[in-house]
Amino acid sequence: MSSMTLSRAINSGLRRALEDDPKVLLMGEDIGTLGGVFRVTDGLQKDFGAHRVMDTPLAEAGIIGTAVGLAYRGYRPVCEIQFDGFIYPGFDQIITQVAKLHYRTGGAVKMPLTIRVPFGGGIGAVEHHSESPEAYFAHTAGLRVVSCSNPQDAHTMIRQAVACDDPVMFFEPKRRYWTKGEVDEEITGQTPSIDSAAIVAAGDDVTLVTYGPLVATARDAAIAASDEGVSVEVIDLRSLSPIDFATVEASVRKTGRLVVTHEASQFGGIGAEIAASITRRCFYYLEAAPERVTGFDVPYPAAELEDHHLPDLDRMLDAVDRVMDRHNSLSGREG
Amino acid sequence: MNFSNETLKELYRLMVSVRHVDQAAVSWQRQGLLPAYAPELGQEAAQVGSGYVVDTSRDFVFPTYREMGVARAMGVDMVEYMSTHKATWHGGMYNPVETRLAPIQAVVGGSVLHAVGWAHGARLNGPDDDGTYPVAMTYFGDGASSQGDVHEAMNFAAVMAAPVVFFVQNNGWAISVPTERQVAGGSVAARAAGYGMESVQVDGDDVVAVAEATSRAFEHARAGKGPMVVEAMTYRRGPHSTSDDPGRYRTLDQERDDAGEDPVTRLRKRLEADGVADEPFFTRAVEDAKAEAEQIRAGIEALGSRPGSEMFEYVFQESTPALHEQARQWREESEHV
Repeated sequence: MSSMTLSRAINSGLRRALEDDPKVLLMGEDIGTLGGVFRVTDGLQKDFGAHRVMDTPLAEAGIIGTAVGLAYRGYRPVCEIQFDGFIYPGFDQIITQVAKLHYRTGGAVKMPLTIRVPFGGGIGAVEHHSESPEAYFAHTAGLRVVSCSNPQDAHTMIRQAVACDDPVMFFEPKRRYWTKGEVDEEITGQTPSIDSAAIVAAGDDVTLVTYGPLVATARDAAIAASDEGVSVEVIDLRSLSPIDFATVEASVRKTGRLVVTHEASQFGGIGAEIAASITRRCFYYLEAAPERVTGFDVPYPAAELEDHHLPDLDRMLDAVDRVMDRHNSLSGREG
Repeated sequence: MNFSNETLKELYRLMVSVRHVDQAAVSWQRQGLLPAYAPELGQEAAQVGSGYVVDTSRDFVFPTYREMGVARAMGVDMVEYMSTHKATWHGGMYNPVETRLAPIQAVVGGSVLHAVGWAHGARLNGPDDDGTYPVAMTYFGDGASSQGDVHEAMNFAAVMAAPVVFFVQNNGWAISVPTERQVAGGSVAARAAGYGMESVQVDGDDVVAVAEATSRAFEHARAGKGPMVVEAMTYRRGPHSTSDDPGRYRTLDQERDDAGEDPVTRLRKRLEADGVADEPFFTRAVEDAKAEAEQIRAGIEALGSRPGSEMFEYVFQESTPALHEQARQWREESEHV
């Protein structure tokens, strides 16, 4: 075990992946000598060579499309998209080719791509640098979509993603890149499975489901709620497609109350999918209608406004109050 | 480059086969056997001449949706190829790994980058025992050349010095829009210079010229000299697809004037003039092609539908619980089991 930042944990996971399999290649913009704009690939080109850690021309469709061709040849490309808002030029290749080639070829051609995307807000960035586009990909059959929330998961999950024969969209919570934690780098195999959710705080009254950057906020919310006598169970989804509904269902059957929170906009989002599916699975166990705490249905606002947009501890607690049918703990308004 | 008389005769047999199967496929669509088909009438020389050059023991080809002639020249099973037009399974049912032909796909320019990646992988693997590289060839048209992916592919390929042949079939029309309103400057090959890439524009209706130009491009790429563009100037004599109506955007007189001499007739005249082949050979080529088309038809009729359960297979390596549940529900509702 050693203590490292989330960013470093991904770096060490990529290093292990490069060591473990000569077919693993890293490609992206500025990932070589610079080490990526977030330094996630720092030092890897120096140690593994420019043929395995490749600076590409500045074109996202080019990166993804070229990776597809490499996958035809048995390579396992790991593509870095520099920022969430720059993935759209590569969107067509991801949706029409990466997601469908295994299906189109009746299983003859595998697409073991990992597409790394630093995502989410909270770092005071300019436009197109704070977005949460994960639902677009979760909506597309053939893509696995995951997000890590802590250094250990970042390390374990990136290695599992690279080893996975399906294409994996790997969303990295950029505002948590500098979060430190203990990391065991001697993991082997697939435990816990990359598509399993984790209960990160146990509780009995409310199930609070989230992923990526908001897991830390949700844990803080659970601590704050417990000061008021409300016991909140926090679930880190880890995988957004497929979703580990069994874990969420078991929790909601126990608590009877569900709150889902994510930075991404509400309409047609991950929260809607969870609310609908869990309502169907747990209808007779529910004490209240599921609540969503999300970014608003607006374009991601300028940095001076982003604190209004991003779900925070207070908004999560408000939703907890509503599903508990309690007076709002701040305003005193009825739930 | 000199092609032997046997090679010339083989090219002719292939072109006649492609011509007959192509025209038969249009009939099959009219008869209701195929829901849709993208004819390639007039492009036989471009497709056979280039596809013939591919070494299927080491090269790889990335087609679009109008490359039946390429597939035929590469020896792909025509029933498995036609299965995509039969709407049996997207992409065709041939195995891309074994045939060296990527699945048919309908996003114009969508697979051009894949060829670059494949070829870059060839460079990473190092040359074959003979010191040369396997080559990826990608097909696209004048319409697709407008796509940003094609620019990105050419730039990536040139930067990486990847052994790619960009084979452009400039057939004059992107559905209803003529080349002059599609390709600024009039030539896709001319763009290559901007990427520091070699290129050649060739008479795409002369199968020998196409085969020679493609061979030279392959030699260039095999030698590790990087990518090359071959632009075959040809003419789409038929509709864009069996749903298209060219009468809305060009007249029959225009078609006659612009199409030039039929590529199959051209090769026949050459073989006659050079004394390479005689009437019995030509007659036999047509008879063989007709028999082949009949065999393909029988194969398509025998295809049958894939079981509905296959909808749920191949989405992932292993089905997910949610997908498994949808498949179970489908089976229950559709088959009452």
